Amino acid sequence: MKTIYPSSITKAVSELCIRANHVLRDDVLQALKLALRRESDKKAKRIFKAILENAAVAKKERLAICQDTGLPTVFVELGQEVRIKGDLRSALAKGVEEGYRRGFLRSSIVRDPLARTKPGYLPPIMHIDIVKGKKLKLTVLPKGFGCENKTQLKMFLPTACTEEIKQFIVAAVKAAGPDACPPYVVGVGIGGTADYACLLAKKALLCRITHNARRTTQLERDVLREINQLRIGPMGLGGKTTALAVNILTYPTHIAGLPVAVNISCHALRSATTTLCA
Amino acid sequence: MKKLTLPLTEKDIISLRAGDEVFLTGTLYTARDQAHRMIAEAIARRKRIPFTLKNAMIYYCGPTQAQKGKAIGACGPTTSSRMDIFTPALLNAGVKGMIGKGQRSLQVRQAIREHKAVYFLTYAGCAALLHRYVKKAKVVAFRELGPEAVHQLYVELFPVIVGIDAQGTDVYKKRGI
Ligand code: SF4
Repeated sequence: MKTIYPSSITKAVSELCIRANHVLRDDVLQALKLALRRESDKKAKRIFKAILENAAVAKKERLAICQDTGLPTVFVELGQEVRIKGDLRSALAKGVEEGYRRGFLRSSIVRDPLARTKPGYLPPIMHIDIVKGKKLKLTVLPKGFGCENKTQLKMFLPTACTEEIKQFIVAAVKAAGPDACPPYVVGVGIGGTADYACLLAKKALLCRITHNARRTTQLERDVLREINQLRIGPMGLGGKTTALAVNILTYPTHIAGLPVAVNISCHALRSATTTLCA
Repeated sequence: MKKLTLPLTEKDIISLRAGDEVFLTGTLYTARDQAHRMIAEAIARRKRIPFTLKNAMIYYCGPTQAQKGKAIGACGPTTSSRMDIFTPALLNAGVKGMIGKGQRSLQVRQAIREHKAVYFLTYAGCAALLHRYVKKAKVVAFRELGPEAVHQLYVELFPVIVGIDAQGTDVYKKRGI
């Protein structure tokens, strides 16, 4: 059995929180630059330049890309040959707290969703999967709630056609409109159960979005084209790019149903990953 | 491009048209969900709050903490529509303008027209960039709300775009969104 100590998990998570929030993902940066080149509308071009400048300022001054540093979500893939000497969940939470404090990130979590007392850093959302192997993979996704609030789930009939699903995804983006900081990255989960489709939709946001990094499917390309025809554009003020990418993840499902979840991310799609070896 | 000083005069406000790009210099007050709830409650109960709403410019923003030597942390706009239910009461109490992101309700649009106020958009998701325009910041109310407390900000040439003008014209409706 290989051993990993909680202190190294805490340290890694803390660094991931800071990296994710201060340094925009390079694939997102690349997609934004491409969108700027393709844009012809003057105002849209100016907004793209502001978005890119924002990323540069954040990186240089070690500042959050967005003031909404999210409800930090930690995805863990724990190799089953790894032994953790201590409590994994508290190591993760401690890492989040440390990272958020050190990185001057916002305390946005209310302990009681109804009483809504003074916000703090904890707890994060933790998704822990046990996988094969002897590594521990950690991913932090600090997703803001402007776009999280636009999440949609629909339980389709198993006889529904692809076109209906396409229209549902496009309608979800249209409903988000200018509110959730377009241009968007659209995560979609198709299949599984209601809860699992939602998780897939969120995990889809972790897939890289530059075209040479991941082969897109026909459905993803079709949906993206239709979304961009909405011409919501950056800040909702018009332009060619309403979404930078559409990522769809699928999973087997039941004969009686077809869950589809849409999780929209703003242009400030932030995440960071690292792998610890025992 | 227009440069305006806060507080805006009635003449300033009336001259603005949806879509205009403007640079603001002067004092803003941050307020978001919980602060709005508390301000609206204070207005309803005729209780005093520690800053004046008359002619105020409200910025829907909950900044991150400032690093040493800086006025403020990252400070971009939050989604305005969540404040829609409170906005008419604030306009009634004298607020002259709001800065945020995204669409507003029909009621807010009507109240803006009725009170000759203005709704601005600012660069959404550009919180690091926007922090450069904030020269001073201090908490003036509801400190217990943490990042949701009301911060008084002094800004210089803060970039905004008119979202809804005093005639009630909405930049998004104009575009058919
Ligand atoms: S939607 Fe994204 S970019 Fe916009 S305020 Fe929220 S976290 Fe920031």
